[in-house]
Order: sequence, then C-alpha cells, then structure tokens
Amino acid sequence: MSETSQATISAPVSPGRAKFLRFLVRDAGVLLALVLITVFFSATAPYFATSGNALKIFVQIAINTVLAAGMTFVILSGGIDLSVGSVLALCTVVGATVMIDESLSPGVAILLALLACMATGAVCGFLNGWISTRWKIPSFIVTLGMLNMAAGAARVVSDNSTITGLPQSFVDFGNLIIGGFLPSIFLIAVLVIAAGWFVLRFTVFGRMIFAVGTNDEAVRLSGHNPDFYKVAAFTISGLTAGIAAMVYLLRLNIGSPIAGVGYELNAIAAVIIGGTSLSGGKGSIIGTLVGACILQVLSTGLQLLGVGDNFKPIVIGLVIVLAVILDAYRERLLRVIR
Amino acid sequence: MDAILSLEGVGKIFPGAVALSEVSLSIARGETHIILGENGAGKSTLIKLLAGIYQPDSGSIAFNGQAYRPKTPHDAQLSGIRIVHQELNLLPYLSIAENLMLEKLPRRAFGIVDGKALNSRALALLKEVGLDIDPRTRVEALGVAQMQLVEIAKALSNDSKLLVLDEPTATLTPPEIERLFAIIKRLKAKGVTIIYISHRLHEVFEIGDRVTVLRNGKLVATHDLQGLTVPHLVRMMIGRDIADEYGFDASIVPGTVALSVANLKRSAETPEISFAVRHGEILGVAGLVGSGRTEAMRALFGADPKLDGVVEIDGKPVAITAPKDAVRHGLSLLTEDRKGQGLLLDMAVDKNITITDLSKISRNGLINRRAESAAANDLVGQLRVKASSIEQAVRNLSGGNQQKVVLAKWLFRGTSTLILDEPTRGVDIGARREIYQLLWMLAAAKKGIIMVSSDLPELMGMCHRIIVFSKNKIVGDVPRAAFDQEHILSLAYQEYVRP
Repeated sequence: MSETSQATISAPVSPGRAKFLRFLVRDAGVLLALVLITVFFSATAPYFATSGNALKIFVQIAINTVLAAGMTFVILSGGIDLSVGSVLALCTVVGATVMIDESLSPGVAILLALLACMATGAVCGFLNGWISTRWKIPSFIVTLGMLNMAAGAARVVSDNSTITGLPQSFVDFGNLIIGGFLPSIFLIAVLVIAAGWFVLRFTVFGRMIFAVGTNDEAVRLSGHNPDFYKVAAFTISGLTAGIAAMVYLLRLNIGSPIAGVGYELNAIAAVIIGGTSLSGGKGSIIGTLVGACILQVLSTGLQLLGVGDNFKPIVIGLVIVLAVILDAYRERLLRVIR
Repeated sequence: MDAILSLEGVGKIFPGAVALSEVSLSIARGETHIILGENGAGKSTLIKLLAGIYQPDSGSIAFNGQAYRPKTPHDAQLSGIRIVHQELNLLPYLSIAENLMLEKLPRRAFGIVDGKALNSRALALLKEVGLDIDPRTRVEALGVAQMQLVEIAKALSNDSKLLVLDEPTATLTPPEIERLFAIIKRLKAKGVTIIYISHRLHEVFEIGDRVTVLRNGKLVATHDLQGLTVPHLVRMMIGRDIADEYGFDASIVPGTVALSVANLKRSAETPEISFAVRHGEILGVAGLVGSGRTEAMRALFGADPKLDGVVEIDGKPVAITAPKDAVRHGLSLLTEDRKGQGLLLDMAVDKNITITDLSKISRNGLINRRAESAAANDLVGQLRVKASSIEQAVRNLSGGNQQKVVLAKWLFRGTSTLILDEPTRGVDIGARREIYQLLWMLAAAKKGIIMVSSDLPELMGMCHRIIVFSKNKIVGDVPRAAFDQEHILSLAYQEYVRP
C-alpha cells in the first residue's frame, strides 16, 4: 500500500466527493495530461500552437486512432492483437487492387474497395479470435502468427510492389478539410470512436465485453458463451484494421505490402495510455482517443523542439512505461476511494 | 502475565471507514488466543497490521518487549511472526518441498539446490503436520485441505514464535479439523504462541485459552474461554441473541421432483451417480473435500464435461452440455469459489446482478440503465446487501455481502432449482443467518435447493435430506429423522477405509 496515496486522500471521504475523486483519477487524468502536454509545447515549441500544426496532428492521428478503437475492444475483453499492422497492409493492397480496376466506375470501385477492406480485416480478426478460443491459445501467440501471415499475404496479393493510381475523386476526398478545420480522415476516426463508445457504453454487447474481460469463467457459469464475445472483439479489431487501411489509402494514396510496420504497438500504446487496463475489463474508448492524441502531440512537439529522431522514441517509450505505472497506481487509488 | 505481543490503542483508518479503533490487547506467551468477530469487524485489518501489510495510523505494537513496526511482510517474518492467510499463497507449479523451503533453499556449491536435503527437510516438516505425502508432489495436485496443511508446515519452517492462523478450518472437513487441532495442541505444548481467527464458534473451545471479540473495529472484550458458551460469544459478536441459527421451517413440505439426475458419469474412472431434489426441498450434500461433490454438481450444470447421464427437470429430460443450457432450463449454480467463479470482482453490484439475464433490462440490445438500477436496488434491498451504493465494486464488499450478490444475480434471472456449493464459507454469522432465511423463503416458493457443505451441523440444521459422497460415489441418502453426525461421517469415510 503506497503511503502517498493515503496521504493525498484524506479520510473519511463523503460519497459525492468520492465519486468526483474517482472521476478525476479514472477518467479525467489522461485528458488533463493531454492538456498539460499541449500547453507545454505551445509555450516552448515554435510553430506548435498554429492552426496548421493542429490540422497536421489531426491528420496524423487518424490511422492510429481507428486501429486503437478496435484494439480497445480486444484489450477490454482480455486479449491482445499484434496483427493489426500487417492486416492493415494486406487490406491496403486488397483495397487498392479493387480500386484501380478499370472495368469499374470510380464510385463503384471505391465502395467495393471499402467492403473488400472491411471484409478482409474482419476475416483476419475472426481467425485470430476463433483459433485462440477454439484451441485455448494465448491471443498474443495467435496474432503474432497472423502478423506474419497477413504480411506474407500482402506481398502475394500485390506481387511485392506498391499499388498506385487511385481514382482522383478518392484522393480528393482524402485531402478534404471540412470547413477549413476538420480533415475528412480525422472525421472518420472520430466516427469510429463514437460508434465504439456507443457500443461499449450502451449495449448489451458492450457490457459483455467488459464482463468477459473481468472474469470469463464467471461469465460462462452465469449462462453465457464468453468465446463468442472474444471472437467478436477480434473481429471488430480486424474490421477497424480494414477501415484504417482505407484511411491509409486516403492519406497516402498507395497500397503497400510494407505499410503498417509497428502500427500495432502504437495502437496498443494509445489504448494503454488512455487508461485501459492490459488485464482486461477496465477502460474506455474515449481514453483511447486521448491516448492517441497524447502520442502524436508528444511526437510532433518533440520534433518542433528539435529533439532528434533518435531521441524521440526514447521519450515516447518512457511515456508508455509511465502510463502503465500510473495505471497500477490508479488501481490502488481507486481501491482506496470506495 | 508475560506478554509476547501487546497492542496499545491501535487504530487504522481507511478513506470512508474506520477499520480499527483504539484496540488494546495483549497476548500471553504460549497461549492460544482466539479472535472472533463478524466480517468487517476488523479481524483482517488486525492481521494485516501484524503481517506488515498495513501500518497502523495510531497506537503502538510491541513484540517480545520491543517496538514492532514491520514495513513489509518480510519484516514480520524476520521478527518471528508467521501468518497463514485465509487465501493460500502457494506456488502451484513448484513441488511441496520447494514451496516449504522457498525462503531458505538448501544449497550446494555454485548455488545449486541440494535436492536431497530439500526433500528430507520437507518430509520432516510434513510429518510435523501429519501430512503423509511425497514432498516432490507439485502443489497444484493437492486438495485445498492439504494445501492448508502445507501452508502451516511452511509457517513452521522458520522458528516462528507467534503463529497467526486466519480461518484455517474454513475449507476443512471434520476429520481434517481434528487433525489440525492436534497439531495446534502439539505446537502449543512446544511453546509456540498462536492467534487463531475463526468463524466457527463451536470449535474454538477445544483449542483456545482466551478469546477476544471485535465488533465494528472496536474491541468488545477479552475473556478466558473457560466458562463461556456459544450463545455468550454470539452475543458479544453481534450484540444480540440468535436463538436458532438455522430456523428449520417444518411447515414446508417438499412436493414433486424438480430435478433428477440418473446415472451421471463424469469420467471412465468414476462411478455413476443418481439423485433427485423435490420442489421446496433442501437437499444436503455431505462428504469429505475431494469426494466428488463439487465435481458432480459442476458436471450436472454443464460446467465440466460428462460422459453420460440423464438430467430431468420436472420429469422432462433436458440436454445440458454447457452452463448456458443449465441456466436456460432454470438451474443456478453458486460456486464454491465465489471470487474466482461467481463474481465480476471489479464491476459494480448492479452489473454483477444483471449479468445472468441482460435481456430483462434491455431492448434491441440497448441497456436501460434506469431499469437496471431499479432491479438491482430492489434485490439489494430484499437481500439486505450492505454496500455504499449499487455502483460499488463487489471487490470491496465483505464475504457475506458478496455471497448475497451471487444469490441476487440468480434471483434476478429467476430459477427453479438452485445448487449452492459451500454457500456460507467465509460468511459471518449475521449474514449467514440471513442467507439461511433466504433459502427458506426460496423453499417456501417451491424451489428445489441442493446445498453442498463441509459444515455438517449446518447441513443437519438446514436440510430435509442429506446424500453422502464418498470417493465419487453416493453412499447414503439419510432422511432428517435419521440425522446423526457420527453416522453421516462414517458414511463419508466408507469408501476410503475399505480394504
């Protein structure tokens, strides 16, 4: 039991105050961190506090945010998905291949590409979930396998080359900044987060995701099939990898078999920094959005401060470790505030 | 009096609750001191202070005449205070010997573990607690009772001067308890001071010298046990009298068969079993720990696979291959491992209650939080669950209140037959009585109730009929009129003593 945690929260705490403290510790902490970091860089880094830079950050976090949204489902349900980066790569080449098919009109091609991306991702995710639950293999291992398989499949589909020549209307939409402040791809990311938030917070399905992550055996003995929800969470993660692939195509306009390397780690980092517990059952997808923002603000801010590319990962790595330490600390704090 | 341990005005405050206040107590060298109290009375906090897990906010503790301020459990061990916690702390994948000697593994040159010395020393320790088992056995292969004895043997491995046993008999059967008591007496004869925490009032007279009763974090009294009776203790613990703990309701007459199990076969090695419970009947299931009681219930419920057998509900055969089938047919299982299998510990009371049937509080897949709160509040009130609100995490509730939440979740679903595996384990006497009352209410509502328990007096007090398991076999079906502790015990042993 940490002594400082006892000292900062004086006893006894009234119910109303306890609720407020709980909110502060559990939910507002990450947001506060984001605000502080932003204020810090605005004051110290040149060009940081400009609308151009803000737009750039919005554009840059879109892909990671979409991936991290699906990752939140998996981590909440007690698993981990290491395959999303290469599943994204596979989806970009599948999507780009469909889109450049000249026998289709651009509108139809884009729609089909979207469906193909989502279907490919969902199938990969479903396989992750099905294999790990059917044979009771840790998802860590299964998705590590999928990471390699999907990367290989991406090379096969693309014949190991970059696919270019996407329809102009598609490229234009990717560059669109709605109302001068809202990049289209950031809007997609926000919509994905909003949908995830709605599902997790208001639906029976969302409740079951939390319950399965908290104690799957208790859920089973309560008359449910926890494996169904685990498979569903992985399928959702695959699905968002497919959507993230579309966002990738919108932003970079190429389908690439080597896209997405290391993206899974950024997505996991966003989820964990956002306050979702790696052991499952606790967390929020809004936190994930904030976590993705923190990562990008740090990255951009450090760059503008002139911190070299070699040192940047060190700082970001430290922040991730710090977030996990804070998470452990938060658990203890929450246990004391009843 | 030569005090080995004395507490002066010790207090511990948690945000929102005073766990201990102004507790002054001294333990005499060489005595066996009983500490009693309901859950939440402050016993666990007291132990954790001694163990170095918590530090007191006020007051002082002296051990062996010196100030005792352990910062970590390791400090406590170095001082010679050993604690056997209620939750066992063994490493399942290591051998018994390795577990026993973990703190001081015997070594040869280059830090290589001396296997021979390890096992021979472990064997001696096991002998001390009367456990006849190969010390090379992995701990995961042991039953709970055996693990308990290993824990005690481990506590003996370092010359401890003060041994604290936290509810050591909660998971033991009567013969195992007898053996434990013999060990305690032997330790006492060797001059070890023992602090013994228990819920079972009947047993403390056999081993205790003095008793201290805690209530709501305060010390009620310290007394010589001689001359006291169970009702005295109860009055001290809860501040009022309890006439009949069980409240057997003779007006309830069991009706038609609610659930019957025919030729249930769990595995190739276990015999077939058959039994039935009627509507309004409380059927007791007795047997030693490891006699196949829990396993039979789990197989019936679909929690574990079974080879063969027919389950009938109200005379109609039903197929049960997973718990969801059982639940759909109106069965409920309250598991023996409440925290591990019964509850979503980090989730709120209301979410734990509604998990059994979310369709009741949702429409088109959307949860109606208001309906959920209303339903949960209803059950929390009905069962008198003590929680600060239905949004409190069940982890922070006492054992008795957690058990009520498990009952509430099955009541929320609606059930025709309840299977209760050790429903009052780790539950204090006040909450226990409330659970008994609730069971009678359910029996009156014509539910079938199957109650597995290691507490034979409890079964004899509550049940219309008791079936007895011995080595996976049902060896007896005893009607209430023929209840006799010795008879039931001899049945439970029957298959084990057979040549």
